[in-house]
Amino acid sequence: MKHTLQQVFRSGKFQLGFVIFTTIILTVIIYPMIITDPPLSIIGQGTFFPPGIYVSTYDAVNSPTTYTLNLRDAAAKRIANRLSKEDRLAMQEWLLADGVPASEIDINDTGKLLALWETKYDPKAKVEGMTFARQRYFQRVNASIQGIMSTEGFTLGVKNPESGVLEETGTINQSDFVNINQVPNVRFLVLGTDNFGRDVLTELISATRVSLMIGFIAGLIATLIGLTLGLLAGYIGGLVDDIIMFVTNLFTVIPSFVLLILISFSIGQEQRGAVTVAIVIGFTSWVWTARAVRAQVVSLRNRDHVNLSKLSGHSIVHIILTDILPYIASYVVMALILQISSGILAEASLSILGLGPKTTEVPTLGLMMNWAMIYQAHVQGSWWAYFPVLLTIALITFSMNLMNTGLDQVFNPALRD
Amino acid sequence: MPKEKKLCLSGKGLTKVFGLGRQKTVAVDHVDFDFYEGEIVSIVGESGSGKTTLAKMLLGLISTTEGEIYFQGAKRDISSQRKKQEYWKDIQAIFQDPFSSYNIFNKIDAVLLDCINMRGGRNLPYAKKVEMMTEACGFVNLKFEELTNKYPFELSGGQMQRLMIARIFLLKPKILLADEPTSMIDACSRATILDYLIQLRDEIGMTLIFITHDIGLAYYVSDSVYIMEHGKIVERGTADEVILHPKETYTQRLINDVPKIYEEWDLSTVTFSNK
Repeated sequence: MKHTLQQVFRSGKFQLGFVIFTTIILTVIIYPMIITDPPLSIIGQGTFFPPGIYVSTYDAVNSPTTYTLNLRDAAAKRIANRLSKEDRLAMQEWLLADGVPASEIDINDTGKLLALWETKYDPKAKVEGMTFARQRYFQRVNASIQGIMSTEGFTLGVKNPESGVLEETGTINQSDFVNINQVPNVRFLVLGTDNFGRDVLTELISATRVSLMIGFIAGLIATLIGLTLGLLAGYIGGLVDDIIMFVTNLFTVIPSFVLLILISFSIGQEQRGAVTVAIVIGFTSWVWTARAVRAQVVSLRNRDHVNLSKLSGHSIVHIILTDILPYIASYVVMALILQISSGILAEASLSILGLGPKTTEVPTLGLMMNWAMIYQAHVQGSWWAYFPVLLTIALITFSMNLMNTGLDQVFNPALRD
Repeated sequence: MPKEKKLCLSGKGLTKVFGLGRQKTVAVDHVDFDFYEGEIVSIVGESGSGKTTLAKMLLGLISTTEGEIYFQGAKRDISSQRKKQEYWKDIQAIFQDPFSSYNIFNKIDAVLLDCINMRGGRNLPYAKKVEMMTEACGFVNLKFEELTNKYPFELSGGQMQRLMIARIFLLKPKILLADEPTSMIDACSRATILDYLIQLRDEIGMTLIFITHDIGLAYYVSDSVYIMEHGKIVERGTADEVILHPKETYTQRLINDVPKIYEEWDLSTVTFSNK
């Protein structure tokens, strides 16, 4: 036993799979201890905030100490950031109409573009073929550009609650800085927020936990049913075998996913908790385990060591537990791993069709995909709402399949290197 | 051969059919036999002649399609698990392949303790059990102290088969069915195994049923010989009758296949208690 375990852990594939899987499990356990926010609490007003560090504007402005840093490229960066794409295109349009060759205009080079604008633009100049309204538009663009270029600071004012008059409380200059460590409210949203304004990372980790649980429950149920039926059919044989195999074959020809959809649908949205879905998945995916276990047991049943055990007066239960089960244990463990990963995939497939667990209680990986799809995260380019979910599903199933292949190499001598 | 012959195990019209319809195979076809107490019997035939199927039927491991087996004069009754367990106290087996005869997850101690438990020694003090196991291992020239806490697959084929005999020594059945016990063993160990089997027969006075394809071996050990061909018993009689004066062509063919069957056997080197 110890020797087998050593061999298992010497397999490179198993090691890699085990490391990935353990990392996922540990993250799922440790993260909620550090970030104790409820995973489904809505923190953002609005949908799909991009990933990043969010600093409270109010707290930043009210920071007790401000620092003056005169950075050489601060102004250029600020202007480049504030000059919108629309403005740049408008500037390009005017410059082209004014007769500047297209090759000289680069709308991505903010410095050159502004310099060109300064020299060429004349609000009074009449460009041929341009309507008066269009000319007014360019005058407004020019005014906003001049505003961007301004080096003035802001004046802070607070409304006096009695008189209603604005009272000046301070100024903010362009070279004023705050230290982010001194701002009390900073939130790092590693994966932004989703359509409901929930922190995607917290939600994802909670969803991974629930999905793993669904996978484990579904896998255990499927393996248990498959193992029991396979053992009974294979060992007892005869009529019992015929009946069990008849039922198993019936389930084999009905696509299990269709069955899963029908059962989930008939249970109804309100009754579908995560555990219910897991049980339904478990009850529809035992077929192949049962068939494979039966095949193995049939070949074991007539071995001499089983005959010897019978001759030693052991009961059927004792023989199944000590003479059959240990011989197929490695296979059953591998089947269990595959069942868990396929359980996770089945939940994701069901949820994306809207037949997963009800949406108000817990997030699951499938539900997160469903939400992202319904609120069109993919159309809006909000990759953070669905891509990390995909990656997590892929990593879980990948690591489990790797462990499975690694185990196979150890237990199946024909595959050993 | 014992003076007064007492019937131990006999069969009337024993038949085993596998499959149905077109795929029907008659493995054992209306076989009659009478095995007497304390006798050494050989059942000889080619592979596929139904020897092992017959053995499994005798052991009660598979059901019979037709026919009856009589054990010690009465019709054998193995209709329930409890009755089977009672029956298996009286009939035991040694199988062909020692490497597949043991559960690889059980230690040698467990194999031997099972036998003590089966003989009603479940509540004996452990020291007594060890004494019994040591005695059994000593009978086949194995050292229990070296075997304890080892797994069967750590032994050689010959040692495993000797351990099998130690098991029978503890069980002391009335009948031992040895299904080609030496065919997977090298020639040197073969004689040892046979010797231990015959010694054991003398010690506990059981009936020994040898199943073999080796007619030379059958002549070497047995009192009476049954020749099987395609599920039927084609010839039966004492070893001398069958081997030295075969009536059936099939028996003659089997004998001709053994190159040195007509040479004089040097029986002086072997101690035969039954001759």
